This record gives sequence, structure tokens and C-alpha cells, in this order.
Amino acid sequence: MHNHPVYTDNDPQTELSTLNLGPTHPATHGVFQNVLQLDGERIVSGVSTIGYIHRAFEKIAEHRPFYQITPLTDRLNYCSSPINNMGWHMTVEKLLGIKTPKRVDYMRIILMELARIADHLICNSILGVDTGALTGFTYIIQSREDIYEIYEEICGTRLTTNVGRIGGFERNFNHIAFQKIRKFIKTYPLVLKEFESLFNRNRIFIDRTKDIGAVSAETALNYSWTGPILRAAGVDYDVRAMNPYSSYDDLEFEVPVGENGDVYSRFLVRNEEMWQSLRLIEQAMDKIEKEPSDIFHADVPDFYLPPKEEVYNNMEALIYHFKIVMGEIPTPHTEVYHSVEGANGELGFYLVNDGGRSPYRLHFRRPSFINYQMYAPMSRGMLLSDAIINMSSLNVIAGELDA
Amino acid sequence: MGKLTNEELLNKVNEKFHDTVTTLGEPFGLLTFETGKNEIIDVLAWFKNEPALEFIFLTDITAIHYPELQKPLGVIYHLHSLVNNVRVRIKVFLEEGDVHIPTATTLWNGANWMERETYDFFGIIFDGHPDLRRILNVDDMEAFPMRKEHPLEDPNRVDKKDYFFGR
Repeated sequence: MHNHPVYTDNDPQTELSTLNLGPTHPATHGVFQNVLQLDGERIVSGVSTIGYIHRAFEKIAEHRPFYQITPLTDRLNYCSSPINNMGWHMTVEKLLGIKTPKRVDYMRIILMELARIADHLICNSILGVDTGALTGFTYIIQSREDIYEIYEEICGTRLTTNVGRIGGFERNFNHIAFQKIRKFIKTYPLVLKEFESLFNRNRIFIDRTKDIGAVSAETALNYSWTGPILRAAGVDYDVRAMNPYSSYDDLEFEVPVGENGDVYSRFLVRNEEMWQSLRLIEQAMDKIEKEPSDIFHADVPDFYLPPKEEVYNNMEALIYHFKIVMGEIPTPHTEVYHSVEGANGELGFYLVNDGGRSPYRLHFRRPSFINYQMYAPMSRGMLLSDAIINMSSLNVIAGELDA
Repeated sequence: MGKLTNEELLNKVNEKFHDTVTTLGEPFGLLTFETGKNEIIDVLAWFKNEPALEFIFLTDITAIHYPELQKPLGVIYHLHSLVNNVRVRIKVFLEEGDVHIPTATTLWNGANWMERETYDFFGIIFDGHPDLRRILNVDDMEAFPMRKEHPLEDPNRVDKKDYFFGR
């Protein structure tokens, strides 16, 4: 750390300047503000202000039936909405004691890992942009488009997916979706390899990122960090491996860890995680072929809305439809905490239920919110340009920050 | 990797804090305890530092409001022992007029924003917190919006009554 001189007022040589980084600054990649005190280009202190896109999701969730909370979760980390959607469905399924068929689990894994790739590739390529290397970004962004096209085949939307239902999926993956996934797992390794060869041993990139924002494992744990940034600091905590959900324990994958927790290690960890995600998708695709191809949801008529055409023609379906929509099905009076490995870390749902159709209290443990609180303290003594790439590597998503 | 079952944990807790910590249950395998606001920091510190437990990871701090209870406001801590892979939930209930509780930032730096968020939405005052300000809502807001007395929407609206929707 640097020793700063004693500052006197009105002396242009030593006076500090104040810089408002954000709320709408291109380098923050989202709506949040840092008021920085600068000594030349070096940050003396900073204060983070967040909440610019706070939308009171926890309050809204208390007034919505379970199945209408899924679209709220889309808007947390909107770079990887399917993970949030699945996390929410699994929380409710845990509460209601619903066991999903294996095929549904594998379908979910495919979708969640695609989302993780989409999230990580954006984070890593934008990190490149912030260090001045635009090429990687313009090159790899096509792959995100490919992933979004897969989403479109599966659920019809691209960003806020609202995919899946309590108990499974609203519809089966069609053959075009499978085709596109197969094509993606064939082409993406080439893209990722080329992306890595642009950056991993690039002298300029390493000079810009190595030892920037280095965080020890103890500090990271003390600040409750999770996700790639914790693993970059050398802690192998991954919810998928530690508390496997959705049949992750059927598949083989490794949890990559970094060494010194700096921006460069985070970059490498995210790249490696993309390789592991590809591995998981490949295995899940193989496993899915051995499962009966017409199963895409659990048999839980009490909570899974029947297909619309049946509602009009089938008495039983109409009854269930009515009961679900009017919320006439009792739910357990208990509380549940469920977490999934989001792209930024442990995404937790703490749901307190009083037996009604909507939660009594729902709290989102949002990794971006908890990870970001170290940003201002860790920026002290950093150059402004380093602080920018440090922020970029934390991958703070404003939607998840503010909820 | 050490293994710690919930029964062992329960025995240890009962042995150490037999009169100050009560067990609320074990919903979905997650042991839930209740303690008082005077004991909470000792309890959290014991969970964190006891060598056989090592609940070094603070997963979350949040709160809940039950307006009909005598102690309506609950603060809820989720801890995680990464070594043993066990989670635990600790609750402290506070009375309406006395919503003070000692801060956990003395144990974890990560508690800082979690407590600010809890203060912002429930008005719980964490004594000793270094910077207890609102975090997501605007600074000059007066209400604590997640308390149950605050409705989601304007209660005078006549076109959106809950009973139309079975709520």
C-alpha cells in the first residue's frame, strides 16, 4: 500500500479530486455509482452507492403465487436468467417435496450450463475490452448469439427467459433445439480455444491484470465471497459439487481454482469453468438419450399447469387449472433455504411459507450484492484504470445487485 | 474432510448453550436455533471459532416480520461450515419498541451490507455497525418497506382487490 502525504486545503499540488464513476458510466457496465477521491490517478478512498434499479422484488414476491415469481428471478442476473429460474423452481420443489425425473434434471443442467457459458464469456470478453482488446469480444459475442438462439428454441425468449415450470418444463426441447445444442458443443471449443490464445499468454493483457485486485482466501471468505472470484482466490467451494442439486452428482466435472485471487486468476478460472460447462453439457446430452424422450415434467397435477387444449376439453385438467390459478392447494407451513451455483456465486433462495399460495417471506441471497461490498475497500491505493478492470472481473450485474 | 452430523451438532450446541439457545427444528435438514439478542454474538463467535465446527462462512443475514407476535421482528443468520458441509440457521426475535441487536461485522466483514440491507427494509438497528445507512432505498425514505403493515400497492384502488384473484 502507498503512504499518502498529508493534504492541505487549496493547494493544487496536493488537493484531492472527486470523481463520480457512474451511475451511467460505460465502464461500470451497469447502473451503480462510486464516488472516488483521487490523488492524481490513484484512488484514495471510495464510496459505493447502489440501488438505482431496485425494484422491490422481495415485496412483490410476497403477493404473487409461486409460479409467477419466476419472471422476477429473470431480472436478477439477466446475463444468465435460466440459472435463476431453475434455482427458484428447485426451491419450490424442495418445499413441496416434488421429485423431478432424471430427464428434467439433465435438461436443466444443459440449460444452466449454457447460461453459465453465456455469462462467463461476456464477463471475460468485456474484461478484454476494458484492457483495450476489443477483438476477443467481437469474436466471441457470436457464441452468445448461438446460446440465445438455443434459448429461443426452448422457451421463445432470449434474455428474460422465464423458462421452466414448477416440476419441469412447459414444453419439451424440440429437435431443432437439440440440433443447435449439438452444433454449439462442436463449434464452441474452437471459439474458446482461439479466445484463450488471444489472451492467456498475451503480454499486454497479463501486465494489465496480473496482481491487480489480489485477494487472499481468508479475506474472500471473510467477505462472504462465492463463485469464480472465490475460487480464483484458492477456495474450491462450488455449490454444484458441495451440495449437488438437479443430478449434478451423476456427472463428472472439475472445480477449477486459481492461486492468487487477482484479475488474471479470475479470468483463467472463468475460462476453465466454460470448458467444464461444455463437459457437463456433453455428458447430459448423452444421458438424455437414454431417458424416455417424452418426459419433460414431473407428474404433479397439483402444481404443474395442464396444457391449455386439455383445459378446454378435459374435466380433470380444468379442475386442476382452476385450483392452481385460484391458489386452493395447501402448501407446507415451513421454511426452506436452497442455493444453486449462479454464474457469480451462491444464489440462495430463503423461502418462508405459511401455507398460502404465495411466500410469507422470500429473500434472495444475491452473489453480486455480497461480492461487490469489498469493491470500495479494495480499490484504495489502486490506479483508476486498474480499478475499472477489477470491477469488470467481479462481474457485478446491476439487476442482481439491487433486486 | 471431517463429517459432522446434525445430531452431533445439536448435542454440542445443547452442551454449550443449554439455557440460552433453543432448537426450533430441522426443516429440510437445516438445523434452526433461536437465541436472544444479548447472546447472539457469543453464539455466532462460538460457531465460527469452535475447532470442530468451523462455521467460518456467513451465507446470509436477513429478517422477517410477524406483526401478530409479541416479538414481531426476527433477524435470521445462515452460517455454513465449508469443512463439514453443514449449514445452520440462527434466529433472534426482537420486540417492537427495542429493535437493537449487536452487529456481526465484528466477526465477518461481509456482514456489513447484509446488515445495511436488513436495516433498510426492516428498520433493525445493528449496534456498533460502522456505517448503518440505507442501501437500496433512497436516504430520505421514512418507512421500512418490508414490514407487513406496508401494502404492496395503493390500498385505495378498487379495481385490484385480492378476492378477485383468490388471494
